[in-house]
Amino acid sequence: MRPESGPLSNPLEPLPSTPNGHAGGDVAAEELVGHGHFVTHFDEPSLDYSVSETKITEETLQEMRSIAARYPQARSALLPMLHLVQSVEGRVTPAGIEACAEILGLTTADVSGVATFYTMYKRRPVGEYLVGVCTTALCAIMGGDEVYATLQDHLGIGNDETTADGKITLEHVECNAACDFAPVMMVNWEFFDSTTPKTAIDIVDQLRAGAEVQSTRGAQVCGWKEAERILAGFPDDRADEGPTAAGPSLLGLRIAKERGWKAPDPEHVADREDEEGK
Amino acid sequence: MTDPLTPVLTANWGDERAWKLTNYERRGGYQALRSALQMEPADVVTLVKDSGLRGRGGAGFPTGMKWSFIPQDNPKPKYLVVNADESEPGTCKDIPLMMASPHTLVEGVIISAYAIRSNYAFIYVRGEVLHVVRRLQQAVREAYSAGYAGKNILGTGYDLEVIVHAGAGAYICGEETALLDSLEGRRGQPRLRPPFPAVAGLYACPTVINNVESISSVPSIISNGDDWFSSMGTEKSKGMTIYSLSGHVANPGQFEAPLGITLRQLLDLAGGIREGHRLKFWTPGGSSTPMLTDEHLDVPLDYESVAGVKSMLGTKALQCFDETTSVVRTVLRWTEFYKHESCGKCTPCREGTWWLVQILKRMEAGHGQEGDIEKLLDLCDNILGRSFCALGDGATSPITSAIQYFRDEFEAAMHTPAWELFPYERSSIFVREPAGAGA
Repeated sequence: MRPESGPLSNPLEPLPSTPNGHAGGDVAAEELVGHGHFVTHFDEPSLDYSVSETKITEETLQEMRSIAARYPQARSALLPMLHLVQSVEGRVTPAGIEACAEILGLTTADVSGVATFYTMYKRRPVGEYLVGVCTTALCAIMGGDEVYATLQDHLGIGNDETTADGKITLEHVECNAACDFAPVMMVNWEFFDSTTPKTAIDIVDQLRAGAEVQSTRGAQVCGWKEAERILAGFPDDRADEGPTAAGPSLLGLRIAKERGWKAPDPEHVADREDEEGK
Repeated sequence: MTDPLTPVLTANWGDERAWKLTNYERRGGYQALRSALQMEPADVVTLVKDSGLRGRGGAGFPTGMKWSFIPQDNPKPKYLVVNADESEPGTCKDIPLMMASPHTLVEGVIISAYAIRSNYAFIYVRGEVLHVVRRLQQAVREAYSAGYAGKNILGTGYDLEVIVHAGAGAYICGEETALLDSLEGRRGQPRLRPPFPAVAGLYACPTVINNVESISSVPSIISNGDDWFSSMGTEKSKGMTIYSLSGHVANPGQFEAPLGITLRQLLDLAGGIREGHRLKFWTPGGSSTPMLTDEHLDVPLDYESVAGVKSMLGTKALQCFDETTSVVRTVLRWTEFYKHESCGKCTPCREGTWWLVQILKRMEAGHGQEGDIEKLLDLCDNILGRSFCALGDGATSPITSAIQYFRDEFEAAMHTPAWELFPYERSSIFVREPAGAGA
């Protein structure tokens, strides 16, 4: 772990407190300007090895073995197997790590090393809905910082914390490849495009109330554990929900249609080549 | 003359349920696969080489040439890996492509695997896009059912397993050798090259790694010919590609055009910078490509021309920022991204990005110290070219280019907080009452 302050590790002068005028809500000043924004994964608390109970069953182990059988070399299954562990346990647990190690013939240290590298593997229990607000540069500037600060204030929780009812875990996420829909929010890795502070609050309120919530470009939001199961390679039946594409994704295509612009006709290209050859 | 916009990869994005196999086939889908399977694999490689297709994931390496590096006398299995880990800040083309038309990619995968004589293909997709993973899983299932994948494809005796593999959150896995380590079930950390993946890649076997858009371009080249493809674009940058326009533009979105279109032309189509504002700076291909300014509006967006202004075409992620935006704030936020995503393997990147963030943080707060600009440049100098992989190099691009074009803002950071110079609410796009007293 790397301390964020202290005379030896950080000779830079401490940061001053910052004003609270440029984003809504009474939230920690450092969040308003993105200080303490992304803690590196090296700084996060380690796995909780005190947990002894597990929901992993013989059926889970069977499924883990079936993932391993998909690959030419079994160790390639480790990432999907850890997704499966999370789908059962609600996080990465010592029992889950032992199960992966046992099946793949690895040490638990090998597996822990992998499990602590990737940000989607969670060391503490995750709420039913993992809400992530993109606060990488472009989304942050377009309003993502404000959306994040508003949610933090509304939910009364900090980064990577869960509401008391166990419904919502809030986190900063990094660029989620939807920049033309900025600012972007993700709920259990479904897109909520062009978010505003108001729509963000509406969505988390609906989620907490148990309402059905539809992604702007995907399926009806399922639980976080169900999502993890799909990532492990066990699909649900929702691939056909949602649109083909939406808004900005279609802009160039729409303009091309309006103006009659197209890719060259392959026949015509061939003709032209012939003419040039003569 | 080709038209300004040339939808090929995006042509079916407006179709109802374009992700379904039947709808893809109705538009001629999988005809290219049938044609390719009638050809010798080596001829497929030659065709793609002759088309001039270059990698669309950032580096721009000729795709067909990459394929030809696979040693066919090597008795080990050969692998095709698709890099669908789209995570470079600003980049947002592969995700909508896979969401709308996953079969374009899957057909490309099967043809490309056939060309390099591979019997195993992996689509490594970032985990944070659940619905894209669903659509890919379904498309691969459909391809198996239709006899396009699996054993004895279309009765030709060619076998191919296609595996959709979801990542778990790590930008570094977009780096091809880190991706391979990740796909082998390890921490995603880059490998030393040589050996290059073409010789010793996945499981130390010959491996081709290509970006989603590169592989998705292959079916159209097979169907329409190399001359058709190379009739679009510029002399050395052939074909159509997807440009992603984002940020303070009136209408952000995806534009498929021949290589060489300019930002000015794209902005015209997108309604310009948002009303009442003007362009301040932009990235041509994601945050790792040095930023440019309004003096570069007419630079043709092809590999050579963008390199000519000391940047890179990268992923063609055109992130536009208007005059309300603080450069220092923006650069700090990108640098925090690189710090977070540094895999920790090499010292210059791991330690360097951490120190860059410390300095930029105090500069954002108006507490920059004498010599900080030089210190930033010195740190960048010790990261660039001295890191294990391109992540470290990329981390320095926003900083050095920002200081080059906007040094005065870094000077101002010695005494005035960025949020006083550029009140942050003015950069946000939310409609609100005019701020009375301001920040």
